[in-house]
Amino acid sequence: MIQDTNWKILSNEALTEYVWQMRLAGDTTGMHPGQFVEISLPGLFLRRPISICDSSDGVLTIVYKVVGKGTLAMTNLMLGQELKILAPLGNGYDLDAAGDAPLLVGGGVGVPPMYMLAKTLREKGKHVNVILGFNTASEVFYAEKFQALGCQVTITTADGTMGVQGFVTNALPDKISYFYACGPLPMLRALCSATEADGEMSFEERMGCGFGVCMGCSIQTKNGNKRVCKDGPVFKKGEVNE
Amino acid sequence: MNNRLETKLSDIVLQNPVIPASGTFGFGKEMSELYDLNMLGGISFKGTTRDARYGNQLPRIAECGGYGMINAVGLQNPGVEHVIANELPDLAAKYAGVIIANVSGFSIDDYQYSCAALDKQESVKILEVNISCPNVHNGGMAFGTSPEAAAEVTRAVKAVTQKPVYMKLSPNVTDIVAIAKSCEEAGADGLCLINTVLGMRIDLRRRKPVIANRYGGYSGPGIFPLALRMVNQVAHATHLPIIGCGGITTAEDVIEMMMAGASAIEVGAANLVNPMVCPQIVADLPRVMDELKIEQLSDIIGIV
Repeated sequence: MIQDTNWKILSNEALTEYVWQMRLAGDTTGMHPGQFVEISLPGLFLRRPISICDSSDGVLTIVYKVVGKGTLAMTNLMLGQELKILAPLGNGYDLDAAGDAPLLVGGGVGVPPMYMLAKTLREKGKHVNVILGFNTASEVFYAEKFQALGCQVTITTADGTMGVQGFVTNALPDKISYFYACGPLPMLRALCSATEADGEMSFEERMGCGFGVCMGCSIQTKNGNKRVCKDGPVFKKGEVNE
Repeated sequence: MNNRLETKLSDIVLQNPVIPASGTFGFGKEMSELYDLNMLGGISFKGTTRDARYGNQLPRIAECGGYGMINAVGLQNPGVEHVIANELPDLAAKYAGVIIANVSGFSIDDYQYSCAALDKQESVKILEVNISCPNVHNGGMAFGTSPEAAAEVTRAVKAVTQKPVYMKLSPNVTDIVAIAKSCEEAGADGLCLINTVLGMRIDLRRRKPVIANRYGGYSGPGIFPLALRMVNQVAHATHLPIIGCGGITTAEDVIEMMMAGASAIEVGAANLVNPMVCPQIVADLPRVMDELKIEQLSDIIGIV
């Protein structure tokens, strides 16, 4: 059930030069890995859609990249301040599809939604392979958090300053039962063609409402027009026309 | 006890003046998961065309500071036959109030075809004919920017329906009064104004328009004064009932719009940022009326 409620900021700090983490206290009931929230920000009309990085016991963690006015405004928010948040939104990942050797791939700011997914799959006793792709070592975040969950973590950097040099597709394991991915479109395309395995990916679009009424984020798929906010943000491999 | 919020459009009674505007409410399915639609005075459903449309390329949405947003969806809809077979029965099963069918087209034939089909639907109480969509080429707004074309669409639609016809007008004109009067003379039963204001945002880093369609319709609180002025001008120049639309966000805005001349109002962009805004406005109206010593909402229509 979608709710519009007030959340109190517990922490708000930079993880890298442009990527920030915010923790908020509120009602986390019903939040599922791969879903997102819409945050109301002072001085802006539209809410900002941000993926759920983690949610448990009344604490929501979001990790966001500063890319425009909205996310820049978020970095200036103070501890204790309250934000109106519409949540949970979107479909989320299909956990039943994981199989025995799921691979999670996050590229840049596509890494955060993989965290709650990895945690949930680890709780189900799965062996989880994670590939985190970044441009350069200074942009890397969350690697140790995935390791702490007991995931097999590989880092790739385009310039080779950390981990495997190249892209996430340079580090694919031999066995993949199913993959889950979030990141830039070129990464998602490359991943789909680099593995025979089935999988699903979360997409990002400029949104109006976030709950399916405005058609602002509608994309064309093999199964007709789909709203990224309501029918997605997670779509199966092969479903989305590229 | 009489209902203080009751109002009328033509001979149709609305339990309150609050109607979600077309394009901000889909066909009611998503919102019905959040609240009981039956508390709404009316529902204007997603702009429907003869054939199914995907609409414009993405991005379709742009932020406009705290004042509103720009959209260029481009009338994405499943087509009138699909709407009649699927969306309309679903909506009618959930909602017993006044269903307003919003119709758009690219030719006179298109408008007639869709309106004739919707005329046969008992659950549709009013046809709201959109001659003001700024986001499609060779249609929509082209009919709403000249008095002659607006009259031609009005006459064509009136010829194929018994239902009240409300023409939805564009603010992107030199003289909205001339167009309103032209619709009145052509037999319109009412008017709905305003649609969105043609606008633009530029992505400074990319040096390109934010919206793939380049321009789009600006809506939200920033257009409220403009909408209010146009409703007031048209209210003084015609005898038609008016659905006032444009930037309404609060119960106070509703009262202001009704004082300006609207018999009912539509809430648009506000639905997208606060899905509960319509029920909140309905719940808040009696308090604001008490404050302003308004006994019956219909008493204030067009008093300014």
